[in-house]
Amino acid sequence: MQITKQTKANLDIFQRRKITYTLVFLVLIAVFAGASLVSEFNLLDGVASFPAAMQWIISNLIPDAEAIERIPKILSELMETALVSVAVTVVAAVLAFFFSLLGSNITRVNRVVKRVVRIVAAFFRNVPDVVWAMLLMFSFGQNILTGFFALFFTTFGLLTRAFIETIDEVSSGCVEALDATGANFLQKVFQGILPSSMPGVITWVLYMIETNIRSSTLIGILTATGIGYLFDLYYKRLDFASASLVVLSIVVLVLVIETVSNKVRKVIL
Amino acid sequence: MALLTFQHVSKTYDNVTKALQDVSFSIEEGEFVSIIGPSGAGKSTLLRCVNRLVDASQGAIFFDGQNVTTADKKQLREIRIKTAMIFQHYNLVDRLSVVENVLHGRLGQKSTLSGVVGQYTEEEKAEAFRILAEMGLAETAYKRCDELSGGQKQRVGIARALMQHPKLILCDEPIASLDPKSSKVIMDHLKAINQNQKITCLVNLHQVDVAMKYSERIIGVTAGRIVYDGPTANLTQDVIHEIYQSSEHDLITDVQGA
Repeated sequence: MQITKQTKANLDIFQRRKITYTLVFLVLIAVFAGASLVSEFNLLDGVASFPAAMQWIISNLIPDAEAIERIPKILSELMETALVSVAVTVVAAVLAFFFSLLGSNITRVNRVVKRVVRIVAAFFRNVPDVVWAMLLMFSFGQNILTGFFALFFTTFGLLTRAFIETIDEVSSGCVEALDATGANFLQKVFQGILPSSMPGVITWVLYMIETNIRSSTLIGILTATGIGYLFDLYYKRLDFASASLVVLSIVVLVLVIETVSNKVRKVIL
Repeated sequence: MALLTFQHVSKTYDNVTKALQDVSFSIEEGEFVSIIGPSGAGKSTLLRCVNRLVDASQGAIFFDGQNVTTADKKQLREIRIKTAMIFQHYNLVDRLSVVENVLHGRLGQKSTLSGVVGQYTEEEKAEAFRILAEMGLAETAYKRCDELSGGQKQRVGIARALMQHPKLILCDEPIASLDPKSSKVIMDHLKAINQNQKITCLVNLHQVDVAMKYSERIIGVTAGRIVYDGPTANLTQDVIHEIYQSSEHDLITDVQGA
C-alpha cells in the first residue's frame, strides 16, 4: 500500500490527539499534586479517616425511636417549606418570563434595555441566596418573608436568564411569521412565543422548584423558619438522630418531586 | 399604477455588508414574478424590505399607493395585512394545531385582546377549514404542526397566507427544503392562487428551471444588484450565467441542457 502525503497528514491527526490527551492527563495530575501540597491535603489520610467517619455516622445518625416520634412535626414543617418553594418559583417564573421578553434578541425593545435586563438578571442570580437572606434579615427580621424574598431574587435572576435563552432558541421563526401577518407585540407573545417556549419554561420551573426546596433548608437555618429551623434546633441540641431524619425527609421529598415533575413533563410535552 | 415599486433601494447591514444596491423595479397587480440569483445575493433581503421585516437603508418602496419606507406603526400594520409571506422553513408555531396556525393569518386584523386569547369568529373558523380543505389538509386540521411532513407544513403556510386576504404573497424559497413531488404541489398551489384569485406572487427561487416554468417574468439578482429583469422567454443561457457569475458547464441546469 502506498502512503501518500494526505494519509500521512491524517495519521498525524491521530498522533496529535494522543499527545493532547496525554498532556491534559499529566497536567491534571500536576495540578492535583500542587494543590495538595499547598493546602496540606493528604489523600491517604483522607481515605484512612473514612471508616471512622462511617462508624460515627452509623452510631449517631440513624434515626432512633425518639426521632420517629417527631415525624408529624417534621412533615408539617417540610410541607410548609415545600409550599413556600413552589409559591416562590411560580411567582418568580411569571415575572421572569415578562422580564426576559425585554432581554431576548427577538422581542427586545432596544439594545440598551436588553443590556440592562441582562445585567439586572446577572446581579440577582450571582448573589447567593444565603447572602440575600442575611441582607434581608435586616429589613424583615427572622421571618418567613426573608426566606421568600431571598429565594425569589435568585430564582428570578436565574429564570430570566434561562427564559431569554429559551425564547431566543425556539421562537425566531414563528415571530418573523407573525410579524409578517401584522400581529402586534402581545399577540406575538401569546400566540407565538409562549406556546413555542412552553417545554423549556416548564422544565426550568420544575427544576427550580427542586433547587429551591434544597436551598430553603439552608435559608431556614438562618431565618429560623421551616424545615431548616427544625434541623438547626435538633442539631444544636445534639439530637443527631432527629437531625438526620430531617435530612432524610428532605431527600425523600426532593426525590418525590423529581418523579412527579418527570411525569408532568412527559404528559405536557 | 403598479402594485409594488422599488425606487433606488439600497440596504447595508452594519454599515459594511451591501445586501442591496440601487434596486429599482415595479410589479403590476396579478403578476407572477420569480427572483433568482446565487445564495447571499440579497434575494431574501429584497423580499423582506417589502413588509419591513428588514428596513431599507436608502430609496423608497411603494406598495398599493402607500409609502412603505416612511409608514408609521399603524400604516405598517395595514401594509403587512395586505402582504402575506411564506418561508423556506415554514415558520409555523409547531406546538399549536394546524387550524390555529391558519387562523394566525387573521391576527393583524384583530384587537389585541382577542388575538392574545385566540378568540376567532365563527366565520373566520369556517373560512380556515374551507382553505385547509382546498389545500388538501382537511384531515389534519386538529393535528399539531410538528406531526406534519414538510410539504404539508408549507401548505399550512400557504393557508395562513390566504387567511390574510392579501394582495401580494411574498415567498422566500418556498420549496428549498422540499422533495420534487411536494415542490410541484406547492408551486401548483401558488400558480392556482395567482390565476384564480388574482393574488400577485413574488417568489425567491433557487431552481432556475422551476422559475422558468411557473413565472412570466424573472428578476435576476447578483451581489445586491438587478442584472436581469424581463420576460422568461428572453432568459438565455448567457443571461443565466451572468446572474450566477458562472461559466459554461458550471451549473446543474447545464447538465440537462448539454
